[in-house]
Amino acid sequence: MSADMEATAPTFVARESFIELSARERAQRLLDPGTFRELLGPFDRMTSPWLPLQGIVCQADDGVVIARGSIAGQPAVVAAIESAFQGGSIGEVSGSKIAAALELALRDCERGKIVRPVILFETGGVRLQEANLGLAVIAEIQAAIVALRRHVPVVGVIAGMVGCFGGMSLAAALCSHLVMTRQGRLGMNGPEVIEQEAGIEELDASDRRRVWQLIGGEQRVASGLADRIVDDDAAAIAAAVRDAFEAGLPRVHRTEATERYLSLLGRVDPSTITPQSMRTLFGSDEYGRKESE
Amino acid sequence: MNTINSTASLSRGQRWLRALAGDSASSGPVWFADAPLGDESARFIAVVPDPDDRFPRARENVVGLQQGWRLARTVREVVEADADAPRRRPIVAIVDVKSQAYGYREEMLGIHLACAAAIDAYASARLAGHPIVALIVGPAMSGAFLAHGYQANRILALDAPGTMVHAMGKEAAARVTRRCVEALDALAETITPMSYSLTGFAKLGLLDQLIDRVDADAPTDEQIARVRRIVAEAAASARSGRVDLSRRLESDSARTTRAASIAVRQRMALQWDAI
Repeated sequence: MSADMEATAPTFVARESFIELSARERAQRLLDPGTFRELLGPFDRMTSPWLPLQGIVCQADDGVVIARGSIAGQPAVVAAIESAFQGGSIGEVSGSKIAAALELALRDCERGKIVRPVILFETGGVRLQEANLGLAVIAEIQAAIVALRRHVPVVGVIAGMVGCFGGMSLAAALCSHLVMTRQGRLGMNGPEVIEQEAGIEELDASDRRRVWQLIGGEQRVASGLADRIVDDDAAAIAAAVRDAFEAGLPRVHRTEATERYLSLLGRVDPSTITPQSMRTLFGSDEYGRKESE
Repeated sequence: MNTINSTASLSRGQRWLRALAGDSASSGPVWFADAPLGDESARFIAVVPDPDDRFPRARENVVGLQQGWRLARTVREVVEADADAPRRRPIVAIVDVKSQAYGYREEMLGIHLACAAAIDAYASARLAGHPIVALIVGPAMSGAFLAHGYQANRILALDAPGTMVHAMGKEAAARVTRRCVEALDALAETITPMSYSLTGFAKLGLLDQLIDRVDADAPTDEQIARVRRIVAEAAASARSGRVDLSRRLESDSARTTRAASIAVRQRMALQWDAI
């Protein structure tokens, strides 16, 4: 074995897949060692009041883990969505847990005590069995993000494999800083929904390469719709989250860059645009991308 | 200025924007007009069909790329103009949006960001002290409603055929959940959040007022005047209330139907600082 290989080998041994972790483990990895403390955990038994009425078995945490702790020594709260329960869908309880955590962080920030908020998105959006309440709590989550990010960066992570879709993709877009892996996907309407609503000529959802080129992490970061691409490695993701807080608030949030994006859209020819040409256009520093960073 | 003379083919959004605020000051898919409301001036905004939209999947009254960003611009314009004013003017979102735009280009170019930009603009306007009133005159569906209306301090709706709030269109929801439309309707009778009707939505505590006896497609002058008065009252009430959305959990309906939302917040607050 060469000295070169010996030097690189420990890196592979040390790497821990973040994607394969549960929501609870993910939250633990992002917080400083030994600081994880779960709020409204499984023993509190806050479960969905609506699923049993439809013959669906509840989960004791309703698929969302809220954990307090610290990140780089600063008070923090992590909201992690568990994709293994109902596809990470947002119901009344799971969504209210996220909204409540952000509202409490806001209350502390308004009192001068900064709390670093992180959201781990792994969701198809509204839980259809709780339809209008899912939508309502997503609006409340969005309201809280907008209010909170006036005090502290709100950091989002989309690791995969479910990705982030529906109303929660709008919540992700409101974040100050978005970290993605190559396995993460971010879009409003999932490929299957597009195919169903607009036809297979619009998008063949089974064409996985085309889907990744369209909404995968690499494309989103290259085109400036997300901020940082990281490997599927728990330590690397935790480091990226710490870096995001160190960087502080962006001068302009992406969702505030109205004139920039309207001018970019004006330059797009809808009949010829491709993910590659879009990447070149949106990802360039021309038209004030730096303004939004 | 738009130059449509016939009113026969107007969408509900177009019809109600004209009825409450006159001709639109903009063409394209987002109409707006500034008009008197009570004793002040307000900005009225509607998403309307635009057969000439450059994005073919967004030509009806849906929220697509242009709609999201233009909503954001239209709202932010008001916030900037009133930044130093003693009174921030009300913003009225006239809601008649049947869905977000579903398309390949929409996803590529970030429709999620465009819709989020509209949410940010409305939420920021609310936080800055602008009373935001959503007036539902047609469908208020899913992501489109999130972008246009759901950040309001007050939500009003016409009790008329064709007004509805839901997370997914009925036909699509039936396909996804493998139920027939009739089964979905039956389910909505017992599962309140599954309901498509405004009376079901009202039971969730999210609706401030259901306005009855109004013809949503051909309102009389008396009906328009009554709706305008109710919108003005809602704006005045919003001005004297909090700028966040906590009020949505305070009605009698919310205390019953959203007991879990309230309990989650109360119990988490107790555990927040515990060691």
